[in-house]
Amino acid sequence: MAFLDLSDVRKNYGPNTVVHKFDLDVERGEFVSFLGPSGCGKTTTLRMVAGFEVPTAGAIRIDGRDITRLRPNQRNVGMVFQSYALFPNMTVADNVAFGLKIANKPSSEIKARVEEMLNIIKLPHLGGRYPYQLSGGQQQRVALARALAIKPQVLLLDEPLSALDAKIRVSLREEIRSLQRSLGITTIYVTHDQEEALSMSDRIVVMNEGRVEQIGTPFEIYNHPRTRFVASFVGTLNILKGKVVDPAAGKIVIDGQELFASKRIAHLQAGEACSAALRPEAASLHQSELQEAAKIASAFGRESGPRNRMVGTIEEVSFLGSVVRIRVRFKENAVSLDTFNNPNTTPPARGMQVTVSFAREDLLVLEGAEG
Amino acid sequence: MKQQKIGSWIAIIIGTLYFVVPLIGTFEFSLRMRRGEYSFDAYRVVFADPRFQATFGYSTLMALLTIAVGVLIVVPTSYWIQLRLPKLRPLVEFITLMPLVIPAIVIVFGYLRLYNTSSILPLTGSAHSTDLLLVFSYVALALPYMYRAVDTGMRAIDVRVLTEAAENLGARWPTILFRVILPNVRAAILSGAFLTFATVIGEFTMASLLNRPAFGPYLQLIGANRAYEPAALAVIAFLVTWACMGLINVVGHGKQIKAAP
Repeated sequence: MAFLDLSDVRKNYGPNTVVHKFDLDVERGEFVSFLGPSGCGKTTTLRMVAGFEVPTAGAIRIDGRDITRLRPNQRNVGMVFQSYALFPNMTVADNVAFGLKIANKPSSEIKARVEEMLNIIKLPHLGGRYPYQLSGGQQQRVALARALAIKPQVLLLDEPLSALDAKIRVSLREEIRSLQRSLGITTIYVTHDQEEALSMSDRIVVMNEGRVEQIGTPFEIYNHPRTRFVASFVGTLNILKGKVVDPAAGKIVIDGQELFASKRIAHLQAGEACSAALRPEAASLHQSELQEAAKIASAFGRESGPRNRMVGTIEEVSFLGSVVRIRVRFKENAVSLDTFNNPNTTPPARGMQVTVSFAREDLLVLEGAEG
Repeated sequence: MKQQKIGSWIAIIIGTLYFVVPLIGTFEFSLRMRRGEYSFDAYRVVFADPRFQATFGYSTLMALLTIAVGVLIVVPTSYWIQLRLPKLRPLVEFITLMPLVIPAIVIVFGYLRLYNTSSILPLTGSAHSTDLLLVFSYVALALPYMYRAVDTGMRAIDVRVLTEAAENLGARWPTILFRVILPNVRAAILSGAFLTFATVIGEFTMASLLNRPAFGPYLQLIGANRAYEPAALAVIAFLVTWACMGLINVVGHGKQIKAAP
């Protein structure tokens, strides 16, 4: 049985349904991220687990105990807020000790636990400071320590890094993940930053308009997106519009050029319009057939299996530092592809006719007529 | 640019003269009780008058009770509106502004009709119950100042998130209100309290019509019968008011608890 179990959870505000039929099983010690754009229902779902919102229907269980109707102060769930929510009138130590004092723990135990938590977040010398005397990153660490001090069964983090600058965000997310691993605490992390979700999570729940689009490991979500939304929201993606030729063989036609998809297209009929997804890093650029064969043979020792080829014209070349992004136009469709910057080679020129090749398994026909 | 500066200075000078000249005049007049020389005789007389001590003490007590009742009414109201009923804010703001629009004399006549000795709730029946009525009427009178001060303080902190954070850590409502919210709006409450004190200490209409021995009616009585003492009392009342304003500043800028950025 799952440690945290959300079954058929829904939330309505009047006539508006903000969370539709949400089912999720989270194992003990697992790190699960809710990923989606603003207004997709991820924070509402998290707040239902915290007890700040009551589900309209469904049940939430922690370790088999139904907590759906319990007050937030009866759930033993720790929460870290986007705006830190530290108590401005209390010192760092008092903030961390707050939950323990509420629980009437002995003062010796409180003191030891506060010291332990401040050591864990690497701020042992800042116990006497007030929140306004700390940087944003330090405040968020204190908020994390405060949430963990009460030894919660589940840790909830609501976009905890979104108010911080990029560098601190990266270092703090690594700290959060390593802390979560070392404590083995079951964690739900809400974010709209796909890089954050991909780098931290055991599993990701991608949400859109109150619905779960896909649940899977970061690898599955990125490499095998089930819907067009997941494919476009997670990572950069080329969406190509075409028509199905042979669903059983996975054959489609895009701008008059025949291609094969990763698998048979079960949900579409021959002649139906379809959308196919291709990651920029999956495509290679070749100026001649010979160059293409050489490149395929040497590419990371991969065997040069059957590949799709499309002939087009370079429309745009963007130098992004370590990567050069090249857009190749066919007719209606265009593909952006990334190549590593090579200081000894000049990037190809605009207007050049080239061949774009990619493995069949990298071309994904998306679900739904238009994906 | 230079013309703008000169204009500003002229405005400041005119404003200062408008406020300061009458004060200086009153103060100067209060010192002229002894013929031919300046002295503090008028102040000595005022401070020696047992009625001054009694009325000032009474009004101070009334002010403190008004502050206590006002805080008990306004803080939870403002907190609840901020947290759960933000749509009611315009209505509550309108209600709290009523005492500024309706003259005190109208309010007190309303009280006398509602709470006279032949009513269901005869609050004017005894001295103590009339004191209670006076406190409630002062609470209504000071409501615009107290509510605005507390509401501004509540808006300065993120009441909802702080409440949720405390609740998440196991706290119940009384703990949240007294250990998390109140300390963070302490400066705002004290501002409201000092404004209330300044309003109540010299209030005349309600105390006079309810026939209570307050400082306001005493000021009026002295003003009607003496020459120099009313000027001294005016200066004293002015100093009390300004002391309250000063305390608001001290409290506001002293050990200020800033919200986390």
